[in-house]
Amino acid sequence: MKENIAIQVDDLTVAYDYKPVLWDIDLKVPEGVLMAIVGPNGAGKSTLIKSILGLIKPIAGSVRVFGKPYKENRKRVAYVPQKGSVDWDFPTTALDVVLMGTYGNLGWIKRPGIKEKKIALTAVEQVKMTDFQNRQISQLSGGQQQRVFLARALAQDADIYIMDEPLQGVDAVTEVAIINILKELRNRNKTVVVVHHDLQTVPEYFDWVTFLNVKRIDTGPVKDIFNDDNLTRTYGINYKVALNQ
Amino acid sequence: MWDSLKLIFTDYTVGVITCGTALLGAISGMLGCFAVLKKESLLGDAISHAALPGIVLAFLITGTKSSSGLLIGAFLSALLGLFWIRKIVTKTHLKTDTALGLVLSVFFGFGMVLLTFIQKMPDANQAGLDKFLFGQAATLMVEDVWMMGAVTTLSLFVVILFWKEFKIMLFDKDYAHSIGIKTKLLDALVSLLIVVAIVLGLQTVGVILMSAILLAPAAAARQWTNSLKNMVILAGIFGALSGITGTAISASSAHIPTGPVIVMVAAVIVIISLIFSPERGYLFKQIKHRRNRNDLKLKKTLQLMYNIAVSHKNVYHPHSVKLLNNFRGYSKKSIQQMQRDGWISITGGMWSITPKTFEYITQSKQQQI
Repeated sequence: MKENIAIQVDDLTVAYDYKPVLWDIDLKVPEGVLMAIVGPNGAGKSTLIKSILGLIKPIAGSVRVFGKPYKENRKRVAYVPQKGSVDWDFPTTALDVVLMGTYGNLGWIKRPGIKEKKIALTAVEQVKMTDFQNRQISQLSGGQQQRVFLARALAQDADIYIMDEPLQGVDAVTEVAIINILKELRNRNKTVVVVHHDLQTVPEYFDWVTFLNVKRIDTGPVKDIFNDDNLTRTYGINYKVALNQ
Repeated sequence: MWDSLKLIFTDYTVGVITCGTALLGAISGMLGCFAVLKKESLLGDAISHAALPGIVLAFLITGTKSSSGLLIGAFLSALLGLFWIRKIVTKTHLKTDTALGLVLSVFFGFGMVLLTFIQKMPDANQAGLDKFLFGQAATLMVEDVWMMGAVTTLSLFVVILFWKEFKIMLFDKDYAHSIGIKTKLLDALVSLLIVVAIVLGLQTVGVILMSAILLAPAAAARQWTNSLKNMVILAGIFGALSGITGTAISASSAHIPTGPVIVMVAAVIVIISLIFSPERGYLFKQIKHRRNRNDLKLKKTLQLMYNIAVSHKNVYHPHSVKLLNNFRGYSKKSIQQMQRDGWISITGGMWSITPKTFEYITQSKQQQI
């Protein structure tokens, strides 16, 4: 059994207006797992990871990253937002976006130098985007843009990677490439948390899973808890039966 | 025109005004890039209109027309407008465009009420406040230009100092926040700089047209470059150029107002950029589009001819042109072009492919496998 807890969420409740988006979430993510967060639309998946990252102020509850508040350990966390959350017509190149991954460690005012450039180039190479590194980002395909976002997170050299639907709208080749990088991170004892939509691929890609639908339904190893019962409780329908109809 | 350009260097007053409009154009152009990239293009328009009641109130309170007093009033009023816009968006269900429209019209309306009110007052001193509607560059004094220079330098310093932070905040706010960048603070700083630039421009360009000086150079600059740094520099140059050219044109005759002319010059730069810039320009895109379509059409026809040719024992055996009649990509023009480029040879209504075509298509087929 894994001992170290990478992310610990206690009694987390988030509401935008009156209706709670997340209700009383308790969650422990052990170090070194590759975890999927699954749940229907509006289940609060993105809200949960944004709360972990301190982007949303919860009504109640606490979040700890390696036992400390997020603010004190933010250098150990890398975030990959949804691809659609930014304007890809922004005047910059792929390499430049990846270079942004080094900004957190640089601190205020200091400019990225040769060392940072090297880190960015290595990250670009890891996601196989070297041939496209000087392209304007609007001229990249959806899959390439996702790779750029992933490379930016890799450039942070963090211990925890939190990703919001990194496989959304990418083709099969890119999907496999991204998953292989995530598995490689896990093998280096990094913790990877991914908001995921394709239930078919959960057992193949992930070793840990959290079922979420406003409340936390269940969390644990895929081989133990990824079953009909939990799917039904999360999605409100008998998933497998509905699928075969 | 050339005479008036000469005036810029010889005539003291025109020289001062030109310095002012050039500085204003440069700083507005640079800060305008941030407004455009923040998707807050219309915010500048609302802010500049919101400044009007502040100008009139400052005059009512101080009783003088000293530009520093009026500009402080304008600044406070513009800040209040900005504050209201932000509050409306966060605290109500109204969307940003509605909030902008509301604040713009309410503040401007109130400003106009005040302006009409003081013009009816039996005091000759108030005449000239309506100049703030469209601006009057001729009233620029050396002190005003010095102030513009100081503010421009300060803004430039802030932008260069926090360049990395501004850039990442503009591109991806959530991510920037997640790595510990104080996005709220930077956001407020950008807004503050934009308000300052607008207030500086009120005397010259006026509340109604000020947003054009902010947005036009930025929109034009984006067309020519894919780097944020170059975009900001270019927008500064375009802005300064608009200011200088506009002043020169208006100095050539007594009846041409400076502010609107500056805006017109900026608009011409935008139009030229939208049409003629490489890569993003309309003309270039159209040409590229046509060329690609044409290339594809030729290639498809050539492929068909190749398929017909290889069905024969001798691939260079001639076939009738009529054979192609039912194929969509084929036209007399495309056949002629293919002949010109050496892809096929034609003799008396019969065509045959050349060795060049045979090799090219065979090779590209192999590559596909």
